Amino acid sequence: MVSAASTAKVELKGVKKRFGPKVVLDGIDLRIEHGQSLVVIGGSGTGKSVMIKCVLGILRPEAGEVYVDGKPVTHLHGHARDMMLRKFGMLFQAAALFDSLPVWENVAFGLIQGRGVPRRKARDIAYEKLAKVGLGSEVGQLWPAELSGGMQKRVGLARAIAADPEIIFFDEPTTGLDPIMADVINNLIVDTVKDVGATTLSITHDMVSARRIADRIAMLYKGKIIWDGPTAEIDTCGNPYVDQFIHGRAEGPIQMEVKA
Amino acid sequence: MNIFAAVGRVTVDLLRANGRLFVFTMDAVTSIFRPPFYWSLLFQQMMRIGYFSLPVVGLTAFFTGGVLALQIYIGASRYGAEQFVPTVVLVGILRELGPVIAGLMVAGRVAAAIAAELGTMRVTEQIDALVTLATRPVKYLVVPRLVAAVITMPILVAIADSIGVLGGYVASTQSLGFTGSIYINTTMGALNDNDVMSGLIKAVFFGFIIAMMGCYHGFHSKGGAQGVGAATTSAVVTSSILILAANYLLTNIFNFFNF
Repeated sequence: MVSAASTAKVELKGVKKRFGPKVVLDGIDLRIEHGQSLVVIGGSGTGKSVMIKCVLGILRPEAGEVYVDGKPVTHLHGHARDMMLRKFGMLFQAAALFDSLPVWENVAFGLIQGRGVPRRKARDIAYEKLAKVGLGSEVGQLWPAELSGGMQKRVGLARAIAADPEIIFFDEPTTGLDPIMADVINNLIVDTVKDVGATTLSITHDMVSARRIADRIAMLYKGKIIWDGPTAEIDTCGNPYVDQFIHGRAEGPIQMEVKA
Repeated sequence: MNIFAAVGRVTVDLLRANGRLFVFTMDAVTSIFRPPFYWSLLFQQMMRIGYFSLPVVGLTAFFTGGVLALQIYIGASRYGAEQFVPTVVLVGILRELGPVIAGLMVAGRVAAAIAAELGTMRVTEQIDALVTLATRPVKYLVVPRLVAAVITMPILVAIADSIGVLGGYVASTQSLGFTGSIYINTTMGALNDNDVMSGLIKAVFFGFIIAMMGCYHGFHSKGGAQGVGAATTSAVVTSSILILAANYLLTNIFNFFNF
């Protein structure tokens, strides 16, 4: 079934998710158009990662629906779900590389296991993608534990783009990196996304990164999208919550919750 | 706190955990028969679960067989029935101690290792990463371990049985004054298909329990290093208890059918 109004690449309608008594997502509505780069900002623990996991089906929302290319995907199972997931690539916050596999197999994993590409061909693609993120062929034989945080992020990025996905998610892509490495990663994201031509959704609380990679920014607060607009308008949006967040002020309407 | 609320909460939590375990088990079992089939992972897990458990299972079986012979001799000698030591050692090892000792040893070694590995993968988002790479985690991580444990446990128990009987032979001939040839002849004469098969059937169930408990607790661990530690402990404790409970149940069933 294709909703007539759903022409967006990814769309969330009224998505709700709670863990016990804590409401994390309280009816999220969000659209990401084809080829757009949307960044969702928000404080730690506001449900940004939960939102991404709801889109991917890692978490099941209690209410609402997620659409990909206009088709509802929240209740997909089996082969249909596998096919839907083939459209996605994701860079995890801590890279989430498989520590039992060498770097090249990490990059080639989705090709070999998810798409049945022969190992030799997948290996060639993996080395090509590693080169694209600035890593030499000698890195391919290393193990994830032998890499620095920045290199792990690059490998994670190579893995995310290995299958030329239509949609890429970036979960806190610059967290834990020094400013120079963060800028390198931001540039890589912009360049590789442009190269692949993908639609992207990034979540971050790093405003430098958000401004660098976003066409559009949305802010998540207390389970709702409280502002959504072009990156160029964020400084003049007039929303006191957004204003406090982007300037990193302790004083303002956002009160830090000590307990999760 | 209201006592009824507390009891209700515990009951609901228990039912929820059982339901989650049931769904997880059904997902794993049905996934065995669905493609893709990860043959290299299956072989890798058979080596890890079966081959690398051989030293610990063999050593414990040897000493258990020896102690069994020594203890049975003490009891049997009170009634002048020392000649039954080889037979009782054989039956005891084949039907009970071989599968149970092997099961508990493998539970301690393998269930803990599986829970720790999958638990670490869970808290470092590696399992989520599998999903984003269009790979079903249950199929990729659980099925090879489950099938490997079910295949290798009977083989391990068969080896444990042989080494356990050897332990009884060594103790009997070295400490109790039995003649080697008479011990072997008595043992071979007492060998019975049902005794062997009952132990091997138990081993299949024990392998299933060990793999499922390791995978389930690892898969559902949370909260970082402490969570992985708790998952590992839970995997060993629950698999050990379930092995002993399943052993009792299966023995009753075999007795009922005179097996």
